Amino acid sequence: MSITIDRRQFARLAGLGGVVFASGLGSPLTAGPFGIGAARAAPAAEDFFFVQLSDTHWGFKGPPNPEAANTLKLAVEAVNALPQQPDFIVFTGDLTHTTDEVDERRKRMGEFRDIIKGLKTQNIRLMPGEHDASLDKGAVYQEFFGPTHYAYDHKGVHFIVLDNVSDSTAAIGAEQLAWLGDDLKKQDPAAPVVVFTHRPLFDLYPQWDWATRDGKAALDLLMPHGNVTVFYGHIHQENHQMTGHIAHHAATSLMFPLPAPGSQEKRTPLAWNPEKPFSGLGWREVAAEAKTARYTLRQMPVKA
Amino acid sequence: MSSSTRRLLLSLGGLALAGAAAAGAIAVAAAPEEKVITVAAMKFDFLPSTITLKKGEPVILELSSIDRAHGFKVPDLGIRADVLPDTTTRVRIVPDKVGRFTFACDNFCGEGHEDMEGVIVVGE
Repeated sequence: MSITIDRRQFARLAGLGGVVFASGLGSPLTAGPFGIGAARAAPAAEDFFFVQLSDTHWGFKGPPNPEAANTLKLAVEAVNALPQQPDFIVFTGDLTHTTDEVDERRKRMGEFRDIIKGLKTQNIRLMPGEHDASLDKGAVYQEFFGPTHYAYDHKGVHFIVLDNVSDSTAAIGAEQLAWLGDDLKKQDPAAPVVVFTHRPLFDLYPQWDWATRDGKAALDLLMPHGNVTVFYGHIHQENHQMTGHIAHHAATSLMFPLPAPGSQEKRTPLAWNPEKPFSGLGWREVAAEAKTARYTLRQMPVKA
Repeated sequence: MSSSTRRLLLSLGGLALAGAAAAGAIAVAAAPEEKVITVAAMKFDFLPSTITLKKGEPVILELSSIDRAHGFKVPDLGIRADVLPDTTTRVRIVPDKVGRFTFACDNFCGEGHEDMEGVIVVGE
């Protein structure tokens, strides 16, 4: 699957954000469509890669995915089959599909936790989506998986996990924004920063609620930092945009794809195609070159 | 605070939406000649889901919820309001352009949240 940006967009993204894209279904060691090889082919001392999975919606049942009970498990098998295991694996929210029943929510969280225990790489970073956390302010999520926002460092990159879903109005909130500001003050403005979150921090398409109410406040805090990249989920498709010098990359879902922003009146899931099962679903590898804050994204499919 | 004193009039003309919300309680009666349209919010619908207006003609939307907190957001018209149980939120609109403008709940309310939307149709 090719990333849907043209060469001009690519050049702008690469030039301003230090972001490089690779895509395709071939070997992870082959060059992408722009002739750029994956960083994993010849990793330098500080290079590493991680895997992003998103919007697994464990517990969903319905025509958009007749293989709902298997899709996440297939993705786990595919990640485990990589010739080299990632340094860590991040799930950018909507781990489970929402339910009004607290017991059922716990059941789904528990099943999700048990499935990802099968990943060979157990350095796993989680965050909630609105389906996990918006109905109870993240209470059950925290019982299973701990804090909903946090930061950590890995091989020269500062990673920040932001929670823009535990408040059902899609707000980060003053308290977390203050925490973000304090955390960023400790960072060198030139150091690479990666933000993981569920919803887009910018107004991608607010008509479909694809936004964060106070996302601009977070971006204002991030703007003084010269090398910031955001990876998120929520919209169930790849999307690559810049706000200033900050690059934003949305990920595909592992349950059902959604239409392109504004491409139709309603944000109904795209229909399952029995001729091409799992089309529109997938996960990605991200090869990070910490010294230059360059990231190579490689989209990976789900296969039966 | 009584429900009557919690009524809000959010006017796109002069009264800023955010300012009105921050003030918390602004009791303003609609001008008697202005049309009032009642909109009920519930999991996971707005009733009516299609609101037909005329360009330049003021209208008051009276929004209320019959179950839980919802939101009412019309990004193309710069409108957002909380829609709460036991409260009537009043939104004054003077459409200045024709077209179809999607509105949606922006307060996650459950499995059908993504389907909780409607459209304002503004004609000449």
